[in-house]
Parts: sequence; C-alpha cells; structure tokens
Amino acid sequence: MTTPAVDVRSVGKHFAGVRALAGVSVELHPGQVHALVGENGAGKSTLIKLITGVYRPDDGEVRYLGEPAAFAHPRDAQAAGISTIYQEVNLVPMRSVAGNLYLGREPTNRFGLIDFRRMHRDARKVLAGYGITVDVRRRLGELGLGVQQMIAVARAVSGDARVVIMDEPTSSLEPREVDLLLDVVALLRRRHVAVLYVTHKLDEVFRICDQVTVLRDGRLVHTGPVAGTTRLRLVATMLGRDVDQIRRHGATTFDDRQLEATGTPVLRAEGLTRRPLLDDVSVEVHAGEVVGLAGLLGSGRTETAKAIFGVDGLDAGTVSVDGGSARRWSPAAAIRSGIGMVPEDRKSEGIVGELSVRDNIVLAALPRLTTAGFVSRRRQDEIVNTFVKRLRIKASSLDQKVGELSGGNQQKVLLARMLCLYPKVLILDEPTRGIDVGAKAEIQSLISELATLGLGVLLISSELEEVVEGAGRVLVLRDGAVVALLRGDDVSEDHIMHAIAQASEDDQAVRAPAAPEGGL
Amino acid sequence: MTDALTARRGRLDTLGLLQSGGVYLAIALLLVFNLAFTPNFATVANLRLQLVQVAPVAIVAVGMALVIASEGIDLSVGSTMAISAALLPLYLGYGAWPAIAIAVLAGAAVGAVNGSLVAFARMQPIIATLGMLVACRGLALVLAEGRLTEIFDPVLGALGNDAVLGIPVSVLLVLVVTGAAAVAVHRAAFGRRLLAVGGNRAAATLAGLPVKRTLVTVYIISGLLAATAGVISTARQGASDPSFVGLLIELSAITAVVVGGTPLSGGRVRIVGTLMGALLMQLITATVIQQDLPDSTARMLQAGIIVAAVYVQRGRSRA
Repeated sequence: MTTPAVDVRSVGKHFAGVRALAGVSVELHPGQVHALVGENGAGKSTLIKLITGVYRPDDGEVRYLGEPAAFAHPRDAQAAGISTIYQEVNLVPMRSVAGNLYLGREPTNRFGLIDFRRMHRDARKVLAGYGITVDVRRRLGELGLGVQQMIAVARAVSGDARVVIMDEPTSSLEPREVDLLLDVVALLRRRHVAVLYVTHKLDEVFRICDQVTVLRDGRLVHTGPVAGTTRLRLVATMLGRDVDQIRRHGATTFDDRQLEATGTPVLRAEGLTRRPLLDDVSVEVHAGEVVGLAGLLGSGRTETAKAIFGVDGLDAGTVSVDGGSARRWSPAAAIRSGIGMVPEDRKSEGIVGELSVRDNIVLAALPRLTTAGFVSRRRQDEIVNTFVKRLRIKASSLDQKVGELSGGNQQKVLLARMLCLYPKVLILDEPTRGIDVGAKAEIQSLISELATLGLGVLLISSELEEVVEGAGRVLVLRDGAVVALLRGDDVSEDHIMHAIAQASEDDQAVRAPAAPEGGL
Repeated sequence: MTDALTARRGRLDTLGLLQSGGVYLAIALLLVFNLAFTPNFATVANLRLQLVQVAPVAIVAVGMALVIASEGIDLSVGSTMAISAALLPLYLGYGAWPAIAIAVLAGAAVGAVNGSLVAFARMQPIIATLGMLVACRGLALVLAEGRLTEIFDPVLGALGNDAVLGIPVSVLLVLVVTGAAAVAVHRAAFGRRLLAVGGNRAAATLAGLPVKRTLVTVYIISGLLAATAGVISTARQGASDPSFVGLLIELSAITAVVVGGTPLSGGRVRIVGTLMGALLMQLITATVIQQDLPDSTARMLQAGIIVAAVYVQRGRSRA
C-alpha cells in the first residue's frame, strides 16, 4: 500500500470535558475517495477540523505526507495542499465567476492591476477541465447552486491540492447537479488526489467512494472498503444498532400498548410537495395514535412537519384537520385548526430567550387570552400553573428568563405552549434531542399518555428506538419521499433500516445498473 | 475555581446594575454637579425649560424604543415631524384641531409605509426608513413650498406655551405617551407580541402570532408619535419650519433608547429608561451651555456616553 496522504492516528478531542472524538484513526490514500458517515454529533466536523488545523488534537496525532502535521491555522493546511469545500458555498455571489475563482490571488499586469483578460482566459481553461462551460464574466450569484458548488471545488482544487475534503457537498443540489459533482470527484481520483467525502447519502457512498469510515458518538465504529459492506450494515452501524439482534424495549419509557387507530383520521396531509425537498408525501394521523416519521438526516422529516404546520410554502399538497381546511395555510391557521408543533431547533425557532417562563408558555395562547387588547392575568396564571405543575417544569420562578433554563425544561415549556391550546394533533420534531435522560423519559411517557387521552401525535426522531417504541405506525422517508409505511408487528428497527437501505438499493439499480454490489 | 466564578459573577452583576440603573445614576450625578456649580440651576423656570425642550425628543424616543424592541429601527422620524409641521398651516383654515388631526394621521401613514416595507416587502428596517427619511423631508418641503410659515393660532399657541397645574402641556403629553407605552408593553397583549417578534421572529411565527400586523403597528405608532412631536415643536416655535424641524432627531432618539438600557438587538425594551435617556442627553447639553462651554463639547460628551452605554450592554449580553 502507498504512503497515506493523511494519516490520522488515534486522535481524541474534548470540549469543556465533553468527548467529541476518542481514538479515531483514518488513512486517506492518494487516488482514493474515502467516505465519512455518521449522524449528527458523531464527530465528523471535529475530525475535519483536526485535519485542517482548526483544532489541535488532545491525544494522538495527524500526519501529512508521512510527516507530523502541526498546522497552526487552516491557511497553513491550505498552503500545504489540503483543500476543504464546505456544505454552504463560501464564495462572493456579486463577483464574476472568474473573480471568484481567483479571489485573493488575481493575476496582475506590470502596473499591479488585475489582468482581467488573462484571468478570464485561465478561468475558462480551468473550468473546462471540469467540464463546466459558463461565461466566466457572469456574476456567480446568477448561476445554479450546483455550478456554484463546482466552482468552489475548482477554486479549492486548482493549484496543487493533494487532499480535498468535501463536507456534504451535495446537500443542496438537484440530482442532475449531483451527477456533475460526482464526475468531478471521479476526476480528482484519477489525478491521484486523496478525497475525504462527508455525506449522509448512502447512494453516494456506493457510487463514488472506495473506503468508508463510520463515526458514532465520537468513536470509530467501522472502517473498510465500500466493496466489503452493504447499505443495511452501514445504516445499522450509523444508528448504533446490531443487524442480527435488535433489542426490544430498550431505554425508552413509552407505553407498551400501541393501538392502531382506524376510522376517519384527525389529520390528513396529502401530496405535500416542495421541490427539491419534498416529493408527494402523504400523512394521516388518527385521534389517539402516535405516528412515527423515520429516515436519515435530510430525508425530509422536518420539511414534512413544517409543511403540515404551514411554515413553508408548498408547490402542491393539502392539509386538513377533521375534514376542514383553511384557504391560506400558515402556522396561525394550523393552530386555529387544532395542530400544534414543537420545532426541531429549540433555540432558534422555539423559545424566546429574553421572555419569562410564563410569557413563553402562553405565547401561542395570547390571541385566545386577549380581551380588548389586554391579557387576562387570571386565566393566564391558571394555564401557566397547571402546565408547570403537570409537566414538572423546573424554574426558580415563573418570571425567570427561559434562556436560563436547562434544555429539558425549555423543551417542556415549548410542549406546554402547544398543549395549553388543547390541540387535536401534535407534531413533535425531535422532542428529546439534546436533553438529559430524566427529562427525556418524562417527555416520552407524556407522549404516550397524551395519545391515550385522544391526541393524535406525529413523532419525528432520529433515534430509531424512540420511533419504534413510541409509534404505532411508522412512515419511512428518504430523499423527500415516503418509501415505506410500517404498521403493527412490522414496526421494528430492522424493518426501518431495511426500508432506508432498500430504497437506496432500488434507486441505485435504476441509476447505475452496472455498479458493483458488495456482499456481507 | 469557585472564587473565580464568584468574581466573574460579581463583575457581571455590576455590569447588569450599570445597564439597568446606569442612566439614573448619571442623571443623579449631573444634577448634583449642577446644583453645586451652576448658578440659577435649581429654579422652577430653568427646570421647566429643560423639560419643555426635551419633550419632542422624548416623544419620538418612546416610539423609537418600540421599533427597536421589534428588532428594527426608524430613521424617518425627523422627516415625519417635517411633514406634520408642513401640513399644519395648510389646514389651519378648517380649525386647529382638524389640522392637528391631519398632521398626526399623516405620521401614521408614513409609519404604515415603513411597516409595510419591513413586514411585507421584507426590507431591512434601516434601509426602508432611510429611504423614507429622504422622501418625506422632500415631500414636506414640496408641501410647504420650501418656506417657513409663521403660525398665529390660539390652540397651537396654548399647546406650545400653556401649563396645566403648573406643568407645561407638552410635558404632560410626554407623561401620557410614556405611561401609555409602558402599559402597552408591560400589560397589554401588544407588548408580548412585540417582544416575542423582536426576540425571536421564527418562534413568534411558529406560535401563530400575527408577526406582520405587529410590525406594521409598531411603525405606525412610531409615525404617530413623530408627527405629534412635529406638532409640539411647531406650536412651541410659533412657526412651521419643514426644512429644520426634527433634523437629526432620529440620532438623539436612538441615543436616548440605547442609553436608557434598551438593546439594539430587540426583544427587550425600557420605556421609562428611554425617557430618562432623553432627559440625560438634555441635561448634558444644558450643563455644557450653562458652563459656557462650546456645543461641540456636549456632542463629544454624548458620544462618550453612547459608547459607554453600548459597551455595558455588550458585557451584559455575553453573560
């Protein structure tokens, strides 16, 4: 085997006592594309930052071209030949394509001015090397995201990059643009560049990558050739589940009985489409039923929730509650119809940190509590006291700012905000993410209890255990479309993982029938 | 470890105290200084003069505080004053009260445009209201044909110079406006909506609050108050002067808001603090003038205080 371009040797990294990475070793070889996969918080970005010199490892070392690498700054890594392409395009949309390509290193003439003619000529030549033909004088912002991403790649790689790190480069691209980008990756491989390819999309791993490394909770859980693994095995390792023996009744505190409700659904969402994120997703929730939405990150779970709640505009689709629908669908209309939602991003979309616990709880109920412009103190305090007691929200006083509470208590405040509207349907997007074990257990048993009382719940979680044990029926999403509807005994981690993996395989077969399929 | 934590906590508390009470402390210091060193400071006539002079800024600043709480800013207040001043003499023929009503409604209209640009056209508040700053001053000059018009009207004269129970009418108006704003913010549903929209717009939207209506309302209030300040200024001067009335008042108002402890980042507001901020700036100017120092000194002092106020807030927000 050749000398690895980058050799990461059992590195570890802690942040304020919390382990971000421990004992992770990865080798990147020239001419190989190395996939790095894992769910959120697995440590992928920490690993990238250790390689590019943003962070220094606490233990272990990073070697570059056989020498210990001690980059003090990402700039040094870049100068040494390690280029990084981030998820979001880091270019200047108002400048020309060529201007972006040569940003900060524009060719100059003998007067020290930019030699535009040479810059445009060189830019055309460089881009042609990637099969991109655009007018290099056009403003970058006028081009599609895919082309922009490609120009970011060209910019990063031009010069003498020996290692290219791509952080989810296709997350905002259309399928056609993805194809173009993967061609560029293949080109890099032919030029003997070592590529680290971070992605959530399994089909890309199997289409373009040679090696794959799976991180989970800061540890390396699998590394090896792509040809030696299967989609199912990858999904299982990413989610921390054993394919052979999937445990039942683990750490969750959901009620065991999961009734499958029948009759008229209380919530019916049909044909939700928002290109390119959602494609014809339909969801039904009955009263007293918990429906799970499963899928990998970026599969359209949150987008489905937001579509039902009227947050984002839709290309197509209808939402009705108890058979009725509003003409102009918005969060306010959804709330009036009896839908409640607790968003995924607690900090940026949920709490109003500067307001008190009391004000945060009654926020959505304000229109109902207001008479002639004034809030009824008595009714407000009744509600607040009821739910603080009921959900055991721990705050020093009701006047404490919500921003000062723990994550679990903030989450309970958000639940209270929706529950005090007495909704018919409650959408919970990652209700237990990032909160402590105790609060997690409380929220899980609350969900079961609410369903028993007749509430319809749509439960989104990236923890399979939570979906399987919490929900009676599970919809599996992939790439913005429903790929499976599991009910009854079919609701198992095994089946969900099969659905995710199976869908990838089907898709793969359609797109590239000749691709080599790996066995176990 | 524990000691270091306590020490840091202690420092932060001092900062917090400075932020919430700094403006009162500064006013107290200035009053003490003036009582000791400025002859004829503690006379009824002088104190009344200070209050009357601060009235327009104080009224505008209260509106500004509400806009800033919504995570916005209103630069068009001075030009709105000019429009209201320009309209007064045009409609005085129908009587003083109809003319005042028209002037104030024009302010509301300017606010409605500002609010619509921000809420519906999703323009940045600073850009939207900067445009209105230019446009409205121009419109005011067109309305008044660029002229200063002297006004001889008993009602306006009374507004400018009379007193009720020894308190000048304009000062009473400041008290009413401040009181109403404080009630609206701390007691009424509007205040909760405002602080939620300013504190976390996404959360307010997801809670089903009428975010756009709230934004438009807050700019309308600011426009109404600015036009009211325009009427007061005109009444006091006895002349409609659309070229100069309210010139640069947006800066004084923003200063009063910030010095009064309202952060520019939105989601929090101090109405009484804003009033005190305006008063502090007025006291600084008065002190400097009465000590026979040049006006430029007052400006530099004010600049220093603004920087200090923002610094204190920065320390607080990092906590």
